[in-house]
Amino acid sequence: MSDASGAVDLTRAGSDIPAAKNLAVRAVFFTCALITVLTTFGIIVVLVDGALGFFREETLLGLLSGILGGLLSGGPAEAWAAARSGLGVQVTVREFLFGTDWSPIIRPRSYGVIPLLWGTMIIVVGSALIALPIGTATAIYLSEYADRRVRKVIKPTLEVLAGIPTIVYGFFALSFITPIIQRFFPETGTFNAAAGAIVVGVMIIPMVSSLSEDAMSAVPDDLRNAAYGLGATKFEVSTDVVVPASLSGVLASYILAISRAIGETMAVTLAVGMQPNITLNPLEPIQTMTAYMVQVGISDVSVGSIGYQSLFAVGLVLFVMTLAMNLLSLWVKGRYREAYR
Amino acid sequence: MPEDTPTDDDVTAPTPRRNTAPTATDGPRRTEGSLRTDGGQVAETTPSIQEIPETDTVIEAKDLTVHYGDVQALQPVNVRLPEREVTAIIGPSGCGKSTFLRCLNRMNDMVDAARVGGELRFRGKNVYDEDVDPVALRRRVGMVFQKPNPFPKSIYDNVAYGLKIQGFDGDMDARVEEALRGAALWEEVKGQLDSSGLDLSGGQQQRLCIARAIAPDPEVILMDEPASALDPVATAKVEDLIDELAAQYTVVIVTHNMQQAARISDKTAVFLTGGKLVEFGDTDRIFENPENQRVEDYITGKFG
Repeated sequence: MSDASGAVDLTRAGSDIPAAKNLAVRAVFFTCALITVLTTFGIIVVLVDGALGFFREETLLGLLSGILGGLLSGGPAEAWAAARSGLGVQVTVREFLFGTDWSPIIRPRSYGVIPLLWGTMIIVVGSALIALPIGTATAIYLSEYADRRVRKVIKPTLEVLAGIPTIVYGFFALSFITPIIQRFFPETGTFNAAAGAIVVGVMIIPMVSSLSEDAMSAVPDDLRNAAYGLGATKFEVSTDVVVPASLSGVLASYILAISRAIGETMAVTLAVGMQPNITLNPLEPIQTMTAYMVQVGISDVSVGSIGYQSLFAVGLVLFVMTLAMNLLSLWVKGRYREAYR
Repeated sequence: MPEDTPTDDDVTAPTPRRNTAPTATDGPRRTEGSLRTDGGQVAETTPSIQEIPETDTVIEAKDLTVHYGDVQALQPVNVRLPEREVTAIIGPSGCGKSTFLRCLNRMNDMVDAARVGGELRFRGKNVYDEDVDPVALRRRVGMVFQKPNPFPKSIYDNVAYGLKIQGFDGDMDARVEEALRGAALWEEVKGQLDSSGLDLSGGQQQRLCIARAIAPDPEVILMDEPASALDPVATAKVEDLIDELAAQYTVVIVTHNMQQAARISDKTAVFLTGGKLVEFGDTDRIFENPENQRVEDYITGKFG
């Protein structure tokens, strides 16, 4: 397209590319991106609001409608009363965070979340003790030692391990791991913390090994060659060069794996039982935060009761923990990134 | 072939080496008269091999070949590299010069598909023998790479690393300083030994890598185009350094910069396309009066 003077016409008006189509495409992509943001936002609102209902008499929504109703029926005084009663304390934050007895459904009721936190921590520490060393060693093997054919078999196998539904891991714990533990410690019950920790540990090995291996493979060969050229053994190259250079990725994989262990639900629900219990004995039954939420979720607790509301409070604690782990992993990734070229 | 040549120097069992550097008057060591070669057969492939007396030889290749899969990267190479001199290896891209260099400390072992044939003798011992541990070999044959590749560690730890993995328990500070001085870097970094080696400029990084290579006091230093990633000023510094290193070490340097080879080397080996070592001899003679027509064409810039 040329005008009279012979110059090429590149103006939008002279273009055969419809501007509206560009805009529409952009809008569709933006909407898709927005969905995740809105979902996250919605979940946070629901969690916080529900938790508010646990600590106060009313949720934020109930509080607002109470105030509005009071205002309409009896004027400011009644609205104030509704606000006062709605803000009345049901469970103190102090009792929730520091209490050592958890029984929100069965009388005498108590609302200390520590036993659930403790149960979760047992699982996290136990599974980390299993998954971090094994996962790291696996990653080093795959990245530094394994020849291509072996890696071709092991990597997909690990990914299969990561793809097994967690409920299957739960059955595996009940029907395979627990009987083995019982063979050595006959007093062990059907439900015990050890089986849960072991099975969660196995479950998160692929996460550690796969993410760590990615980080290790990204270490430039120049660095390996430098060490080999000085007469370093494979082991020295792995521990002195590859692991330090990929530390940010390795630590991030640890944190994500631990975060997964915190949030793991079905396997621990099946394996560790439903008994809030502050114990160091891995052979005793415990209850994690997630397992408690399953227990209440499938029980006949009525909507609006304190048992129902406790779900949100526990869920909020879980959310805060996993969020903190995710932020920590981001920080670690930035903090320990080595500036190799 | 001297398969059973007695030698007091077993690569599989490195002995602790003296701390003081030898002076240029030390003379040839360890291998007096122990290597005999069928000169006639060798002369067919490399006419000037006899220029190097056997006694001064540190490294000797005998019908050394390398295949990458089905591709032959190195035609049978026969050459002797002299002690405490700088040998330059030149040739066009893909001529096998780096491949040859990487045979000298068995870095080719890292390449899955690489197969090495023939013999490569380091002080009389074939380093491709079954009983040779490449780790032990590399502790005596150091290497500096094309791209500066300091570890993401402090300057001090970079230099100390080679000694550390060899279990050195003497005065590490002194050895680090000595190596940094040897690499002409000490004055520039002595106040910042704890800062990362990656904070240095490219030229400084390369000299740090040279310091790292000489700290464990190897006998041979291999350099794979050590100045090709550097600017002219940094290149000049590295070249000066190589000249000084030759007083103590045997230096084998691959370069595709012919002026550089002419400036810094005592001996030159010319590889041409196909992985063939075409000519070897004194650098002056090779550049002034090469025997081989193709070498002359290459050196005068007619191809390559």
